[in-house]
Amino acid sequence: MPVFHFIVSFPSADDTRSREYLSNAHLLGLRTIEAIECSDLYFVAGNLTDAQLAQMASQLFADPVNQQVSWQRAGGSSSEEKIQGSFRLEVAYHPGVTDPVADQIVRAARELQIPVLHAATGQRFVISGQNLNKDDVHTLARRILANPVIQRYAIGSIEPVFSHPAGASSVVQKIPVQTMNDEELLACSTQRRAALDLMEMQAIRAYFLSEERACTDAEFEMIAQTWSEHCVHKTFKALLDVSLSAPHAYPAQVDNILNTYIRRATEEIAAPWVISAFTDNAGVIAFDDDFEVSFKVETHNHPSAIEPFGGANTGVGGVIRDILGVSAKPIAATDILCFGPQDMPMDDLPEGVLHPRRIYSGVVAGVQDYGNKIGIPTVNGAVWFDPGYTANPLVYCGCIGISPRGLHRRSPLPGDRVIVLGGRTGRDGLRGATFSSMTMDAQTGEVAGASVQIGDPITEKGLIEVIVRARDLGLYNAITDCGAGGLSSAVGEMASKTGADVDLVNVPLKYPGLAPWEIWLSESQERMVIAAPPASLAALRGLCSLFEVEMTDIGRFTENGRLVVRYDRRVIVDLDNSFLHHGIPQRRLSATFPPPPLMPLEAHALPGLPDILLTLLAHPNISSKEDVIRLYDHEVQGGVSVKPLTGVGSGPSDACALKPAGTAGNTGIVLSNGFNPEYGKYNPYRMALCAVDEAVRNAVVVGADPDRLAILDNFCWGDPLQPEHMGLLLEAARGCYDAAIANRTPFISGKDSFNNAYLSRDGKRQSIPPSLLISAIGIIPDICQAVTLDLKQPENLVFLLGDFQPSFGGSHFIHRFGLPQGAKTGVPLPSVNAPALYRAYHRALSKNGLVKAGHDLSEGGLAVAAAEMCIGGGLGLSLDIPPGDDILGHLFGETAGCMLVEVAKDRTEEWFEITAGLPVCRIGKVTVKPELAISQSGKQISSLTLQELEAAWRTPIH
Amino acid sequence: MKPKALVLHATGTNRDHDAAEAVELAGGLPEIVHLNQLRRGERHWHDYQMLLLPGGFSYADALGAGRLLALDLIIYFADAVLSFINSGKPVIGICNGFQALVKAGILPDPQSLQSPRTLTLTHNTSGNFECRWVSLLPSSETCIWTKGLHEIIFCPTAHGEGRLRVHSPAVVEDLIEHDQVALVYARPDGSPAGDLYPENPNGSVAGIAGICNRLGNVLGLMPHPENHIHPWQFPYRSLPPYGSGLKIFKNGIAYASQL
Repeated sequence: MPVFHFIVSFPSADDTRSREYLSNAHLLGLRTIEAIECSDLYFVAGNLTDAQLAQMASQLFADPVNQQVSWQRAGGSSSEEKIQGSFRLEVAYHPGVTDPVADQIVRAARELQIPVLHAATGQRFVISGQNLNKDDVHTLARRILANPVIQRYAIGSIEPVFSHPAGASSVVQKIPVQTMNDEELLACSTQRRAALDLMEMQAIRAYFLSEERACTDAEFEMIAQTWSEHCVHKTFKALLDVSLSAPHAYPAQVDNILNTYIRRATEEIAAPWVISAFTDNAGVIAFDDDFEVSFKVETHNHPSAIEPFGGANTGVGGVIRDILGVSAKPIAATDILCFGPQDMPMDDLPEGVLHPRRIYSGVVAGVQDYGNKIGIPTVNGAVWFDPGYTANPLVYCGCIGISPRGLHRRSPLPGDRVIVLGGRTGRDGLRGATFSSMTMDAQTGEVAGASVQIGDPITEKGLIEVIVRARDLGLYNAITDCGAGGLSSAVGEMASKTGADVDLVNVPLKYPGLAPWEIWLSESQERMVIAAPPASLAALRGLCSLFEVEMTDIGRFTENGRLVVRYDRRVIVDLDNSFLHHGIPQRRLSATFPPPPLMPLEAHALPGLPDILLTLLAHPNISSKEDVIRLYDHEVQGGVSVKPLTGVGSGPSDACALKPAGTAGNTGIVLSNGFNPEYGKYNPYRMALCAVDEAVRNAVVVGADPDRLAILDNFCWGDPLQPEHMGLLLEAARGCYDAAIANRTPFISGKDSFNNAYLSRDGKRQSIPPSLLISAIGIIPDICQAVTLDLKQPENLVFLLGDFQPSFGGSHFIHRFGLPQGAKTGVPLPSVNAPALYRAYHRALSKNGLVKAGHDLSEGGLAVAAAEMCIGGGLGLSLDIPPGDDILGHLFGETAGCMLVEVAKDRTEEWFEITAGLPVCRIGKVTVKPELAISQSGKQISSLTLQELEAAWRTPIH
Repeated sequence: MKPKALVLHATGTNRDHDAAEAVELAGGLPEIVHLNQLRRGERHWHDYQMLLLPGGFSYADALGAGRLLALDLIIYFADAVLSFINSGKPVIGICNGFQALVKAGILPDPQSLQSPRTLTLTHNTSGNFECRWVSLLPSSETCIWTKGLHEIIFCPTAHGEGRLRVHSPAVVEDLIEHDQVALVYARPDGSPAGDLYPENPNGSVAGIAGICNRLGNVLGLMPHPENHIHPWQFPYRSLPPYGSGLKIFKNGIAYASQL
């Protein structure tokens, strides 16, 4: 079969992409490279005439106005790799990696009636430089142009490998677990990368002894998946022996952290508007009488470490499917991203780890690609940098959905068909559930390559269209998404109370050769499973055909409590539900409490106050994230009212407020987060209190009703087998409980990710800082009354609301300058007054126009918050702090529970009435003059123009 | 009677509901119709008085934004679309819809469908997808969508391939001569932005944000007036809302109503 290569390029004036590659090469120190010219490669296979090739060139591949195209038959003559001081390098995907453009080429060629059988895509780079050698080109390829996990490259020409949809291999292996000794059991777990410990392996052996047979590979893999940390949260459910040295009175044993601290808070608060907590694919609360809102936040850390684009891409795709899994329409996305320092020298990079800059750009591009294409606005988030995230970046992806109340069904009935909707199945993401439960090392990228998936947002868009309509028509009795563990997890979970009997022979595959267990466990993206009564199949088929979504009937739900999987009628899995879902022995772990690390040394020669403020504003955790935010479509669906950037100066919004399309009135949703791992390094208990407080405060500042707020917990932690990490976890979990109770904010969903650690060749293990993300979702009674942070009008007064107790523990000030002499070193502690204060503030918002602006105090303290309000509003502010020696503390110390509030100038009496008895003080006045002037008892101590503040705050991240 | 508007949904379209809501608020009767429904004859072009090609990523932007949807328009629907346009019914392509109209050769003029294309929409000068609010100055009296509008329209853009690029400077002169420049990017004070970034967010030639055909019934534009139809969508809470995008849709509906 002839194969043709099409080469498509832009003239250099329009070629923004090549310029970007060159600048990245220079940033990574590859100075001998003087120019990079990038072209797109399209490979097509088919018996094609010259006329057909020319037609494809002009109608499919090249824009006649500004692109050039040429083509040649593969194996042609022009394959020299080096031409006059420049090298040619080509990149293509490994076989089996998702390539949606290739699929579109085949489809479009058919539309043109051109017989293309296969297509693939790639890129060509012509790299030049006077002193360029081949080693530089290889370095460039490995660091920037190709990721060996998904791509191959060649200096010279590359030939594509096409994937053919076809049948599986049918090979099923038997694993004689019933006769294995303990050593063999552990070896088996390691060899199959199952991440199961001896007790768990022994439980498997006992089961198969009682069944008097060997285990099949599919059964073993299914058990490993069902019992993985990712799916069953065994660390949170462990029996924990607590060391006597605990800083707080714990019982000698904690049985199940999840129930003891997280769920208990929800149960005790017993909010009537919580519709579903911890029981489904996402948490659900009431929106109004007619609609409900769902929210879920996931992590996709390990995949993003080895393939940043694909990892983040499928992280977004995965959490959107969680929302589809509660029959809701996804309406907003949120992403909190953590990376290593962007300026890290290449030589400091641990072996086998991608440079933080590459992880950053890949992750951001992956989020952008999925969210924008599927048409869900990315409305909220954060970006955080810390050396601890170099080998283990964190990618938290959240999604919100809306649906009419009462339409989500959750129980399959015996006789219902097991229907798979969406994409085809390949080897992608195999063992992702267990992979995500392992420590990374230098070989992780090579070994776990198969765990990486690339998303296809347009296929998932089709799923949204079909599922929302199928829900309204009542065409299914249960639904869940194929996430980690694929069909095994989805069907296994759905059938856990009934039973199921499925046959994998009909599952559509991307390419040949998959063993049955691979089909069952594959984590190919963009698939959902529903339980549909036979009578609704015809209607479902009609919907699927309209939206071009593939639909496959793989079996039926039964009532015998067994999970039976066949391949072409031959049984390959036959497991008892009670063993599969309840047979896992409880883990027994221990917690110890080492002393917290020392804080950075005392600061000596401090710069002046203005320079301190400018340095903090330029800190990558505080500076403007506009360069990232603008890459995300935050306007699609037309519902976003308070956007991520706010005011004429694009200040950093505290939270997003949006109104879902199709709902009545002005009721809206508020979405926010709280996150500060810097606190976690010193005091994980207070980190948890502060994270809940910050999430709540951010939401309340914008206008959420404090009595209609729910929260989500996402723990990203180190190795749970190390007792000190469990000690940190226990402290943070206790903080979650205390903060939820204090604020009356129930947890409705959560997720954990462990083993975020890197094992270097010399055996040193580095873990990420304890990282707890709290996300909040709430209801704002009237979206038109939402409050933003930008200063609104000169002469208005600004108040500091809250128990102001600035301290330096975990502050960004000590991060840059060290501890000031005599400073308070504790991590901030939210005040007991905070919940009452938030409610008073909320009452003030109902007085039309009383509150003009509001902003929370967080990283960098009072001065940074004030500067951000000035930048957002394009106005000045004169601040006057009370007398006393602790000027640094006042300006840059960090505190929980506080906000700055701009109040209409002629209405301060109303404001004082509402806040009577609460800690509130007048601290400043909005000015026309564009400067932030700070005085103490009337005497000026610092002054910076708006221009200076902005220049520092807009320091590019790299 | 309210005019019926066909809101075309292709695989990957994502602002169809946004566009439909704008039509409804403007007094029309929108129906989101999948391209496959038209191909199968379950819906008919002639039943509608207005056509909207909404924003999104039809076919994932594979091979260039709008190109594969353009192929559908040419291969499956050339006659239907041309007769729709030639009968003078209003047509609007927003963002991805604009890209498809241009790449199909329907804009700047469907009369020259068979001749080589003279303009295209390509990657933003910044090299990035960008989402930001822009000011638009309506500037054509030929275009039935912008006729009579003189005030700034303020609405978001969200695209990576929105830079209008012409084959030669004469193409712009020709557009101006035939009053086909319907909307230009403007500074906040209302003066044309020209090349100024980010007021002109993508580097479009002559700061052009939208163009129409010579007859004036087909408008293509990159920004999203359908995302500024409620006051609470307006981003600046220190100012009274201005620049609603609804006016454009009201013009279209009014025109369709008197056909």
